[in-house]
Amino acid sequence: MTDAVQQRIADIVTGNDVVLFMKGTPLFPQCGFSSRAVAILEHLGVAFESVDVLQDQGVRQGIKAFSDWPTIPQLYVKGEFVGGSDIMMEMYEAGELQQLMADQGVASAN
Amino acid sequence: MAADEIAEMIRAAIPDAEVEITDLAGDGDHYAARVVAESFRGLSRVAQQRAVYAALGGRMGGVLHALQLTTAVPN
Repeated sequence: MTDAVQQRIADIVTGNDVVLFMKGTPLFPQCGFSSRAVAILEHLGVAFESVDVLQDQGVRQGIKAFSDWPTIPQLYVKGEFVGGSDIMMEMYEAGELQQLMADQGVASAN
Repeated sequence: MAADEIAEMIRAAIPDAEVEITDLAGDGDHYAARVVAESFRGLSRVAQQRAVYAALGGRMGGVLHALQLTTAVPN
Protein backbone atom coordinates (compact mmCIF):
# COMPACT_ATOMS: atom_id res chain seq x y z
CA MET A 1 0.00 0.00 0.00
CA THR A 2 1.52 3.26 -1.05
CA ASP A 3 0.84 6.53 0.64
CA ALA A 4 0.28 8.02 -2.79
CA VAL A 5 -2.74 5.78 -3.35
CA GLN A 6 -4.14 6.57 0.10
CA GLN A 7 -3.66 10.27 -0.57
CA ARG A 8 -5.39 9.98 -3.94
CA ILE A 9 -8.34 8.19 -2.34
CA ALA A 10 -8.50 10.84 0.40
CA ASP A 11 -8.55 13.56 -2.25
CA ILE A 12 -11.41 11.87 -4.12
CA VAL A 13 -13.42 11.33 -0.96
CA THR A 14 -13.00 14.85 0.33
CA GLY A 15 -13.35 16.47 -3.08
CA ASN A 16 -16.82 15.09 -3.81
CA ASP A 17 -19.96 15.24 -1.67
CA VAL A 18 -21.08 11.73 -2.61
CA VAL A 19 -18.66 9.13 -3.95
CA LEU A 20 -19.33 5.50 -4.78
CA PHE A 21 -16.34 3.21 -5.25
CA MET A 22 -17.72 0.42 -7.41
CA LYS A 23 -16.96 -2.31 -9.91
CA GLY A 24 -17.84 -0.97 -13.34
CA THR A 25 -19.72 2.23 -14.07
CA PRO A 26 -23.23 3.39 -13.16
CA LEU A 27 -24.29 2.57 -16.71
CA PHE A 28 -22.50 -0.78 -16.78
CA PRO A 29 -22.04 -2.13 -13.26
CA GLN A 30 -19.88 -5.28 -13.20
CA CYS A 31 -21.23 -6.75 -9.98
CA GLY A 32 -24.68 -7.19 -8.45
CA PHE A 33 -23.75 -5.37 -5.26
CA SER A 34 -22.42 -2.36 -7.17
CA SER A 35 -25.52 -2.40 -9.35
CA ARG A 36 -27.72 -2.29 -6.28
CA ALA A 37 -25.74 0.60 -4.78
CA VAL A 38 -26.13 2.62 -7.99
CA ALA A 39 -29.85 1.88 -8.11
CA ILE A 40 -30.30 3.19 -4.58
CA LEU A 41 -28.42 6.42 -5.29
CA GLU A 42 -30.32 6.95 -8.52
CA HIS A 43 -33.57 6.34 -6.72
CA LEU A 44 -32.61 8.96 -4.15
CA GLY A 45 -31.88 11.32 -7.02
CA VAL A 46 -28.60 12.58 -5.58
CA ALA A 47 -25.66 13.65 -7.70
CA PHE A 48 -22.73 11.33 -7.14
CA GLU A 49 -19.24 10.65 -8.40
CA SER A 50 -18.29 7.06 -9.11
CA VAL A 51 -14.88 5.41 -9.20
CA ASP A 52 -14.47 2.17 -11.12
CA VAL A 53 -11.99 0.16 -9.06
CA LEU A 54 -11.61 -2.36 -11.88
CA GLN A 55 -9.69 0.32 -13.77
CA ASP A 56 -7.14 0.76 -10.99
CA GLN A 57 -5.71 -2.13 -8.96
CA GLY A 58 -4.07 0.32 -6.54
CA VAL A 59 -7.38 1.91 -5.67
CA ARG A 60 -9.12 -1.47 -5.66
CA GLN A 61 -6.88 -2.69 -2.83
CA GLY A 62 -6.22 0.71 -1.30
CA ILE A 63 -9.86 1.55 -0.70
CA LYS A 64 -10.20 -1.52 1.52
CA ALA A 65 -7.39 -0.32 3.77
CA PHE A 66 -8.62 3.26 3.62
CA SER A 67 -11.95 2.39 5.22
CA ASP A 68 -10.98 -0.85 6.97
CA TRP A 69 -13.77 -2.44 4.96
CA PRO A 70 -13.14 -5.59 2.88
CA THR A 71 -15.70 -5.22 0.12
CA ILE A 72 -16.77 -3.01 -2.76
CA PRO A 73 -19.00 -1.01 -3.35
CA GLN A 74 -18.29 1.61 -0.71
CA LEU A 75 -20.25 4.81 -0.25
CA TYR A 76 -18.80 8.04 1.13
CA VAL A 77 -20.80 11.15 1.94
CA LYS A 78 -19.00 14.40 2.76
CA GLY A 79 -15.79 12.53 3.39
CA GLU A 80 -17.32 9.97 5.75
CA PHE A 81 -17.56 6.24 5.03
CA VAL A 82 -21.23 5.27 5.15
CA GLY A 83 -21.12 1.56 4.31
CA GLY A 84 -21.45 -1.05 1.62
CA SER A 85 -24.51 -1.99 -0.40
CA ASP A 86 -26.20 -3.97 2.39
CA ILE A 87 -25.95 -1.03 4.77
CA MET A 88 -27.10 1.33 2.02
CA MET A 89 -30.17 -0.86 1.48
CA GLU A 90 -30.95 -1.09 5.19
CA MET A 91 -30.57 2.66 5.59
CA TYR A 92 -32.63 3.33 2.50
CA GLU A 93 -35.47 1.11 3.70
CA ALA A 94 -35.40 2.83 7.09
CA GLY A 95 -35.43 6.28 5.47
CA GLU A 96 -32.03 6.99 7.03
CA LEU A 97 -30.11 7.40 3.79
CA GLN A 98 -32.55 10.04 2.57
CA GLN A 99 -32.19 11.77 5.95
CA LEU A 100 -28.40 11.62 5.80
CA MET A 101 -28.35 13.22 2.34
CA ALA A 102 -30.76 15.92 3.49
CA ASP A 103 -28.81 16.58 6.70
CA GLN A 104 -25.58 16.84 4.74
CA GLY A 105 -27.15 19.18 2.22
CA VAL A 106 -26.30 16.94 -0.73
CA ALA A 107 -27.43 18.28 -4.08
CA SER A 108 -29.95 16.42 -6.19
CA ALA A 109 -28.93 15.03 -9.57
CA ASN A 110 -30.98 17.45 -11.65
CA MET B 1 -17.02 -22.08 1.19
CA ALA B 2 -19.77 -24.11 2.87
CA ALA B 3 -22.66 -22.41 4.65
CA ASP B 4 -21.93 -24.31 7.88
CA GLU B 5 -18.35 -23.15 7.85
CA ILE B 6 -19.44 -19.50 7.53
CA ALA B 7 -21.92 -19.85 10.40
CA GLU B 8 -19.36 -21.60 12.61
CA MET B 9 -16.74 -18.91 12.10
CA ILE B 10 -19.21 -16.18 12.98
CA ARG B 11 -20.44 -18.01 16.10
CA ALA B 12 -16.88 -18.72 17.21
CA ALA B 13 -16.06 -15.01 17.20
CA ILE B 14 -19.45 -13.70 18.32
CA PRO B 15 -20.69 -16.34 20.79
CA ASP B 16 -24.11 -14.76 21.38
CA ALA B 17 -24.86 -14.52 17.66
CA GLU B 18 -27.80 -16.17 16.04
CA VAL B 19 -26.70 -16.87 12.50
CA GLU B 20 -28.92 -17.70 9.58
CA ILE B 21 -27.29 -18.49 6.24
CA THR B 22 -29.20 -18.72 2.99
CA ASP B 23 -27.62 -20.14 -0.15
CA LEU B 24 -29.10 -17.65 -2.61
CA ALA B 25 -28.30 -19.37 -5.85
CA GLY B 26 -27.89 -22.93 -4.63
CA ASP B 27 -24.35 -22.91 -5.95
CA GLY B 28 -22.41 -22.73 -2.69
CA ASP B 29 -21.06 -19.35 -3.71
CA HIS B 30 -23.75 -16.72 -3.22
CA TYR B 31 -24.94 -16.43 0.35
CA ALA B 32 -27.03 -14.18 2.49
CA ALA B 33 -26.23 -14.08 6.20
CA ARG B 34 -28.38 -12.62 8.92
CA VAL B 35 -26.57 -12.18 12.21
CA VAL B 36 -28.48 -11.16 15.32
CA ALA B 37 -26.52 -10.54 18.51
CA GLU B 38 -27.15 -8.76 21.78
CA SER B 39 -23.50 -7.72 21.76
CA PHE B 40 -24.25 -5.56 18.69
CA ARG B 41 -26.38 -3.25 20.82
CA GLY B 42 -25.10 0.30 20.73
CA LEU B 43 -22.85 -0.36 17.73
CA SER B 44 -23.34 1.38 14.39
CA ARG B 45 -24.26 -0.74 11.36
CA VAL B 46 -20.73 -0.32 10.08
CA ALA B 47 -19.29 -1.53 13.40
CA GLN B 48 -21.68 -4.51 13.47
CA GLN B 49 -20.70 -5.58 9.99
CA ARG B 50 -17.02 -5.05 10.72
CA ALA B 51 -17.38 -7.48 13.64
CA VAL B 52 -18.80 -10.12 11.28
CA TYR B 53 -16.11 -9.46 8.68
CA ALA B 54 -13.47 -9.79 11.40
CA ALA B 55 -15.02 -13.13 12.40
CA LEU B 56 -14.56 -14.32 8.83
CA GLY B 57 -10.87 -13.54 9.13
CA GLY B 58 -10.09 -11.93 5.81
CA ARG B 59 -12.15 -14.32 3.69
CA MET B 60 -14.64 -11.58 2.94
CA GLY B 61 -13.81 -9.96 -0.35
CA GLY B 62 -11.59 -12.94 -1.07
CA VAL B 63 -12.98 -16.48 -1.29
CA LEU B 64 -16.24 -15.08 -0.02
CA HIS B 65 -17.24 -12.61 -2.68
CA ALA B 66 -20.99 -12.77 -2.62
CA LEU B 67 -22.18 -12.56 0.94
CA GLN B 68 -25.15 -10.33 1.51
CA LEU B 69 -25.00 -9.35 5.15
CA THR B 70 -27.68 -8.15 7.53
CA THR B 71 -26.96 -7.47 11.18
CA ALA B 72 -29.35 -6.65 13.98
CA VAL B 73 -29.88 -6.72 17.73
CA PRO B 74 -32.59 -8.99 19.15
CA ASN B 75 -36.02 -7.43 19.58
